[in-house]
Amino acid sequence: MTTTVLYTIISLSILGAIMAVILYVVAQKFKVYEDPRIDQVEDALPGANCGGCGYPGCRGFAEAMVKADDISEFNCPVGGNDTMKEVARILGKEIEEKEPKVAVVRCSGSFQNRPRTTEYDGPGSCAIEASLYGGETGCHYGCLGKGDCVEACDFEAIFMNEETGLPYVVDENCTACNACVTACPNDIIELRERKKKDRKIYVSCVNQDKGALARKVCQVACIGCNKCVKVCPFDAITLENNLAYIDPVKCKLCRKCVDECPTNAIVEVGFPPRRKKKEKTEKESAGAQDQTKKQ
Amino acid sequence: MLKTFSKGGVHPAEQKLSAGKAIEKLGLPKQVTIPIAQHIGAPSQPTVKKKDTVKAGDVIATSQGFVSSNIHSSVSGTVAKIDQVIDTTGFRKPCVVINVEGDEWAEGIDTRQELVRDVTLSPEEIRQKVMDSGIVGMGGATFPSHVKLSVPEGKKVYTLVINGVECEPYLTSDHRVMMERGEEMIVGVRILMRALGVERALIGVENNKPDAIAHLSNLVASEGGIEVYGLKVKYPQGGEKQLIKAMLSREVPSGGLPLDVGAVVHNVGTALAVYEAVQKNKPLIERVVTVTGQSLSHPTNLLARIGTPVKDLIEAAGGLPEDTGKVVSGGPMMGKALKSLDTPIVKGTSGILVIPQQKAKRAPEMHCIRCSKCVTACPMGLEPYLLKQLTQTERYDELEENALLDCMECGSCSYTCPAHVPLLDYIRLGKSHVNQIIRKRKDK
Repeated sequence: MTTTVLYTIISLSILGAIMAVILYVVAQKFKVYEDPRIDQVEDALPGANCGGCGYPGCRGFAEAMVKADDISEFNCPVGGNDTMKEVARILGKEIEEKEPKVAVVRCSGSFQNRPRTTEYDGPGSCAIEASLYGGETGCHYGCLGKGDCVEACDFEAIFMNEETGLPYVVDENCTACNACVTACPNDIIELRERKKKDRKIYVSCVNQDKGALARKVCQVACIGCNKCVKVCPFDAITLENNLAYIDPVKCKLCRKCVDECPTNAIVEVGFPPRRKKKEKTEKESAGAQDQTKKQ
Repeated sequence: MLKTFSKGGVHPAEQKLSAGKAIEKLGLPKQVTIPIAQHIGAPSQPTVKKKDTVKAGDVIATSQGFVSSNIHSSVSGTVAKIDQVIDTTGFRKPCVVINVEGDEWAEGIDTRQELVRDVTLSPEEIRQKVMDSGIVGMGGATFPSHVKLSVPEGKKVYTLVINGVECEPYLTSDHRVMMERGEEMIVGVRILMRALGVERALIGVENNKPDAIAHLSNLVASEGGIEVYGLKVKYPQGGEKQLIKAMLSREVPSGGLPLDVGAVVHNVGTALAVYEAVQKNKPLIERVVTVTGQSLSHPTNLLARIGTPVKDLIEAAGGLPEDTGKVVSGGPMMGKALKSLDTPIVKGTSGILVIPQQKAKRAPEMHCIRCSKCVTACPMGLEPYLLKQLTQTERYDELEENALLDCMECGSCSYTCPAHVPLLDYIRLGKSHVNQIIRKRKDK
């Protein structure tokens, strides 16, 4: 009895020792050298694997950064400046600070503002609807309302509003990963610089038709009247293809254009309610001008 | 045993309601809207301005490049505007809008009824004439016809196949052309044969049109070189690859053209248009359109000018029924629902189909049970369920490997699916993505 146990233990121990030697030799022979910094960088990244940086997951991004000579072009939209600083410290490289961004839905064509003229009963996907025809409304540029952006979002930052039929962004959750921007077939969603207190002013329309036609199909369409371009003290607004665009970097949130817009296509978000319209705007713009002087 | 193609295919109810109705000439509308992109290829460039006066047959937009086509005014009158109008594709496209005044035709167009049999022009002249007259494939694909008549070097055409199949349910415009304009059409076939330098032409007609088969057989009996074939009824036999398989028992390779098997396919409507262009000097400015639907009081076939609003055609067929849910341009299988009744008819509009409310809605989608009915139905031998899945998961390289681009969007898969999965919609989406990727690759 005891001898059987003894033989078993001895033979298995010898077998184990031989295997260990083989494994060691093989491991040495086929060793793949990996830069330890890749692991360090990956640990510093958020690990969301959202693809917002344009690389396949956080590890792909880390590998690319470790290989690159200059990492100033790289940006992790989810982690933001803190993460990128940490990465730069690990790699011993320089990095510029970038303004954090947030997704903005540039369409106000709700059920009330933009009446439906046809009914679409195909598969519930904006991409397919856009490939078939111009959409249920007369506007061929605006939101189709099938929620491809909601499906694309990994961070619970964009949802459909059932009342308006339009998506809305939850600013706190949005990481500006770009997923909804690429998912939207009509290029309605834009990433804009986050201003203080998440205040924003933007043209909530992408319709490039002539004014009369745009207005006919949607009450809050940009009609390309040029009024906002003239009123803007900072040259932040440009007009192209019958559509105004506010440069988020140049815009100082003075709200003059919002008052000027005849169709309410320019939207302000996050501002306190105005008590007396005129006084307030003057104050705001004066403040904004002060800011520019300081710069 | 009648011939047909071997792979896949479906047989929807034929519903040829207007088969016995003679072609009626539709009166002139008050205003025509002529899109400048009515064909596959580069959109044409308008040559007229606002307030210009034009006659029927005048060029109003010239072709841009080889795969493109001239556009002619279909009426006489004054150009009201050049504007963005929703056309049959469902998108806004630049169109020339003309207010109709009288009915004057451009000089040189022979408007008499007599049949001109003798073909005097050389093949090169015929090609030029077809090109100048803006003739495109009238079956619905609207591919410029002169391109198909120009055989590249190193290729040889042995057979001209004439497509009189009309496999789409409801449509009867080709049927009526064969019955009423048969003689002219046969001369058109002779012209096409001369342009291609072929000795043999085959006309394929499905055997649900026995009168057309008998009529055409009679017409070609005295002269050699043209034969008429009766084919078994099966959709989509009108696809050129399917028609070649059915009639010549040859298979066009994946990604290839009928030229690769020594054949060229033209529609009967195109043959008639070629006859009118070459023998009568008349550009493509009108076409036969079937206006049909079970709820319509007078389904009919109309000879209408290009650019006539759809509502005029429906009016001529007894007016729009109250319970209409959808108006489709084209047949029920491949046609496209219109966004507005002001949409003009174009060179490729073979029919207008009115569908009542209770039949207009799609059935709700259920889960795919892998029954592979779509695979059996696909005439190109593809796997529609797989293509849909790959599109949804954005695996575009695998889509390309699975010959996605061979799909001709006949809709047999969606038609046959017992779970009402909108397979074709996804495949079409996949195709547009893959085409973009291929274009990018070529640009590099």
